[in-house]
Amino acid sequence: MDERVSTLPNAPETIPVAVKNLTKVYGTVTAVGGISFTLEPRTTVALLGGNGAGKTTTIAMLLGLVVPTSGEVQVFGADMSRDRYRVAERLNFQSPYVDLPMRLTVRQNLTVYAGLYGIANVAERIGFLAEDLQLTPLLDRDTGKLSAGQKTRVGLAKALLNAPELLLLDEPTASLDPDTADWIRQKLKEYAHARGATILLASHNMAEVERLADRVILLHAGRILEDEAPRVLIETYGRETLEDVFLDVVRGRSRHAEQRELAPSDARAREIS
Amino acid sequence: MSAISTASGAVPVILPANDLRASLRRIGAMVRRYVYLLRSSGIRLVELVYWPFLQMLTWGFLQKYLAGTTSTLAQAAGVLIGSVLLWDILFRTKIGFSTTFIEEMWARNLGNLLTSPLRPFELVAALSVWSVIRLGVSMVPVAIAAYFIFGFNLLDLGLALVAFFAVLVLTSWSLGLLSAGVILRYGLGAEEFAWSLAFLLLPLSCVYYPVTALPNWLQPVALALPPTHVFEGMRSILLHGTFNANELWWALGLNAIYLLVGYMAFRWFLQRARINGSLLQLGE
Repeated sequence: MDERVSTLPNAPETIPVAVKNLTKVYGTVTAVGGISFTLEPRTTVALLGGNGAGKTTTIAMLLGLVVPTSGEVQVFGADMSRDRYRVAERLNFQSPYVDLPMRLTVRQNLTVYAGLYGIANVAERIGFLAEDLQLTPLLDRDTGKLSAGQKTRVGLAKALLNAPELLLLDEPTASLDPDTADWIRQKLKEYAHARGATILLASHNMAEVERLADRVILLHAGRILEDEAPRVLIETYGRETLEDVFLDVVRGRSRHAEQRELAPSDARAREIS
Repeated sequence: MSAISTASGAVPVILPANDLRASLRRIGAMVRRYVYLLRSSGIRLVELVYWPFLQMLTWGFLQKYLAGTTSTLAQAAGVLIGSVLLWDILFRTKIGFSTTFIEEMWARNLGNLLTSPLRPFELVAALSVWSVIRLGVSMVPVAIAAYFIFGFNLLDLGLALVAFFAVLVLTSWSLGLLSAGVILRYGLGAEEFAWSLAFLLLPLSCVYYPVTALPNWLQPVALALPPTHVFEGMRSILLHGTFNANELWWALGLNAIYLLVGYMAFRWFLQRARINGSLLQLGE
């Protein structure tokens, strides 16, 4: 993908994401229950969990879209509840739960967001991303008239406009056919490598997580049940695939089912604080 | 899907994000987005002119009829049309502000906007600027039509027209901010509130009759509303050829308070929406 983005400067090695005792309660429902983790620079980490596990809420708190009930979210050292604009141009996100305006063409949408992210070389950047994500023939079509796969690529183009150091992805390949999904994963991998970017992706897709992630944070009912490299998890549980591990964990056969006190990420978060 | 491109890419040149020029750039990007939206639909463009034009025709013909039957109204030529046009400045600006905001929710685009470097005050500024542009698109042709059809020249109000315009636009922004905040917090279920809020001012701000037509106990309420002073001023100019500028200063002062309250309410509702997680559920 974008080879020259590797020449872009990153700020001095600040921890991209540090989450400490993060909790979100809606009425009587605890969506996220006191989780802690950090994302090291240039790593790809997956938030894995079933429906209602707290993945989307966690990402929304990282983005500043949702204010935590308690706990802290720091992105590049900025408290996202109070100071998100200090770092907003260093991150971007894509989610199937938000759309780009359907009546605008792809080029118009990307132009607007290029303006919001303060990009000076708009035409050049859009032209490159369009070429790279195979959107050039679609640039002047209404976004609403595109297929799901095409819209996903447009969403990804928007998310990559500012070559973010931190990319947050909520189910980046949801509703895509296997070929397109595989292509997107490859693009993300290339981007992370070229940019030295940190990626946090929420997914249900175990194969995707195995392929992309250096580390998996397994959420269940708003709590972290595992936080390890995919291969380590598979070996530890003596299973063939990450999906088998996932089923073990969510069905109460977690190795920490009885006595989970402190995940490795908790310790890392404490060190940072 | 074909093989992955290995072409070297255009590195984004990111401009500084925290100065005034960056703010203006982001406001400009949002206004550009609204221009794109309007350009994408010819029907919308026609609709912008259609309703105020019908309104002007209806009241214009009524005025023409009444002028032929009563001597008082014959002297008050243009009062009704003037009222309609000024009311439409208030109403259309408010609708322009609210509709444009609601559009982001219909489009499920708010999540993208609120996670970008766009600050809330920049979003508000863009909505305000756009509401005035939209007003121009809808009202200029209608005002010209009023001149040719009924011989009513809005410019006869002279310099006071500029002040009237400012007062009405500022009031409409306050109402727009309040509506947008409520919709942010309660979702599109509160859309009706956005539409109906301006109508609350129709009877209270004495658009078509003097303040003295209201019961005594309601008159202070009317006088606490900035548009009341505009409509009183317009009638004073058209009926007596005089105008009390103090009324306008009073109206502008009230507007400053309402605008501040409107912005605070918008920020408060936005923060409540972040706390309640409702920004995640916005959409059609």
